Amino acid sequence: MKTAIYIIVMAAVTYLIRMIPFTFFKKKIKSRYIRSFLKYIPYAVLSAMTIPAILDSTGNTITAAVGTITALVLAFFELPLIVVALSASLSAFLTGLIISYCS
Amino acid sequence: MAVGAKLSIFAAAMISASNLTSAGQAAGVEIIKAAGTIIEMILVQLTINIRYSLMALSLTQKLDPKFTTPHRLLASYGITDEIFAVCSAQPGLLTPAYMYGVILVSAIGWVTGTTLGAAAGEILPASVSSAMGIVLYGMFIAIIVPPAKKQKSVLVVVLLSAMISVLLKLLTSISGGFTVIICAVAAALAGAVLFPADDDEEEETAE
Repeated sequence: MKTAIYIIVMAAVTYLIRMIPFTFFKKKIKSRYIRSFLKYIPYAVLSAMTIPAILDSTGNTITAAVGTITALVLAFFELPLIVVALSASLSAFLTGLIISYCS
Repeated sequence: MAVGAKLSIFAAAMISASNLTSAGQAAGVEIIKAAGTIIEMILVQLTINIRYSLMALSLTQKLDPKFTTPHRLLASYGITDEIFAVCSAQPGLLTPAYMYGVILVSAIGWVTGTTLGAAAGEILPASVSSAMGIVLYGMFIAIIVPPAKKQKSVLVVVLLSAMISVLLKLLTSISGGFTVIICAVAAALAGAVLFPADDDEEEETAE
């Protein structure tokens, strides 16, 4: 029962965080500075979430670094999202195999 | 993880389905496990998940007029890192149908993933599951690199945000949730001051 209360509180807090700005902010912003700010937010958010966390994402800095470089190169050549994401993982996996084979 | 904390599989599925977060879920399970207070639960969830407010605010600017209040009330449940990433990368206005589609696909994957993971423990060998940890970040890179290549403004914002993120990680012990907020607000503010765009069309044709 206690667990149910925790889960309800967690869900409610998380929902309100998303719902309040999404539902009550209906105006198109006029100021070009604020519009620019909001335009840049997605890139800034995704960048800060990725770096440096990506280097801890596989449990091994070397395999993660190889995966990161793979993703950066393929993204630079504008390959599809799914190709970039899976290639990053595949290259990290293969690097892991090589490392465990060599050691 | 959820099962490690001695939660039932049903509770793990409920947390996953009702929260639709990653870090938030993990921290929540820790608090339940440690029998923490409700206040603690509220503060931790706020800290970790407050970035969703920023994402929600950013998405409001590209919502189709079809997004009436009931749609907003419903779709806001699905604002996660991945869904925000996909919706932001989508050119043009966001319709409710599009957003529900993205949410549905992700949510099914998410909840079945947590449930299966909880039921069977480690299904995948450790080498495969650890390599999968990078997939989400690979997706983020795929979203930010092409526009950063074409627009100097985006490049500067992306690099600035990454730089602040690294500095905060190295020099402070600020939680991950707040780090993202600080980096994003600082870098986007700098971008807005340095490169205020008149509108999207103009920005897209700019270098």
